[in-house]
Amino acid sequence: MSEPMSQQAKTAARNTKVMNRFDLTSRLVARLKHEEAVIGGIGNTNFDLWAAGRRPQNFYMLGSMGLAFPIALGVALAQPKRRVFALEGDGSLLMQLGCLSTIAALKPANLSMIVMDNGVYQITGAQPTPAAGVSDIVAIAAGCGLANSAWAADEEDFERLVDQALAATAPTLIGVRIDDKPGVGATRRDPVQIRERFMLGLGVREAP
Amino acid sequence: MAVVEGRTSPQTLSEKASSEKISQERAWHEVVLQTLKRNDIRLVPYVPDRVLTTLIGNIHADPFFTTFPTAREEEAVGIVSGAWMGGLRGAVLMQTSGFATLANVLASLAIPYQIPLIMLVSERGTLGEFNYGQSLVCRTMRPVLDSLAMEHHTATRLDEFEFMIDRSIKQAIATQAPVALILSPLLTGGKVFEK
Repeated sequence: MSEPMSQQAKTAARNTKVMNRFDLTSRLVARLKHEEAVIGGIGNTNFDLWAAGRRPQNFYMLGSMGLAFPIALGVALAQPKRRVFALEGDGSLLMQLGCLSTIAALKPANLSMIVMDNGVYQITGAQPTPAAGVSDIVAIAAGCGLANSAWAADEEDFERLVDQALAATAPTLIGVRIDDKPGVGATRRDPVQIRERFMLGLGVREAP
Repeated sequence: MAVVEGRTSPQTLSEKASSEKISQERAWHEVVLQTLKRNDIRLVPYVPDRVLTTLIGNIHADPFFTTFPTAREEEAVGIVSGAWMGGLRGAVLMQTSGFATLANVLASLAIPYQIPLIMLVSERGTLGEFNYGQSLVCRTMRPVLDSLAMEHHTATRLDEFEFMIDRSIKQAIATQAPVALILSPLLTGGKVFEK
């Protein structure tokens, strides 16, 4: 564990504070005042979204690793007036880097992506990802054409970047370095209920 | 039979011939485009295939549709799943080999979350295939669909095609279950070996 983290620190772009996923997710949710949609990627990412407070506009993934950004893109295209956030782990994003180019090409103004980067597959035993210590995810995003991509230096900087994202006119990506702590909660694994509540939260379904 | 023919007025025969002519004149890809439109399917992400070239070009040319290539087929599945939850209907275009990458997303997203995922799969690997790998991966497609108990149909005839695609779309939406429509070379002509 300490090996990949110390390697990361050598990268200039990664010279940022190591933060905590649940704390950052809670900070994000606290700033959402307009029924923004939030897509939580597989595993700890959506566990912490669940733990940060159940919102009808949250969608929790129980599989399909790597699809948080594509699912969020679909929501953003369907509802261009609603802000959509997607939370994804670094290992998950590595599964589907191509989606960054798709999003850069489509330029959905209402889509913001947050990458929780701890350099490990925490949930499977904290094994380092192939990117740990060698690849810079924010640089990859910028190289894919997502110009509004930045590492958050610390919690205050993260909140500043979220505020920028809430007013952005182009897709944004925020990279955050996080520790190797597991998620705080555990999402209730009922896919139909998750999907139905989400659609209700997005105004697609009427309350029963 | 002779009696029935005898009862048929010349006008009816001519109308029949005329309607047959119309259906013959409409290519399979025109049937796809019009049926997607009629069912208000506006979002069409795809991974290209030679057989789908004309369809993709025509969908791009029609402002009714939002259409774009994705890097992988499962990415497109994620996009139309999110869009449907947001109230926008979609369909994914792909080739046989692309379908072969989808087992995980079908089993962990489309089916358990009850999402009416509509897939149009151009069939490579059979009826004149020249690439051994394509013929092998093609053999995995129907067993995967069957193992997940997914609705799927293979379109081989133009005269049945509109019924098949229109009803399949409506059933997917009404039952909130995915469907795969496999476009056979018998319908599309397929891709043939050229030096």
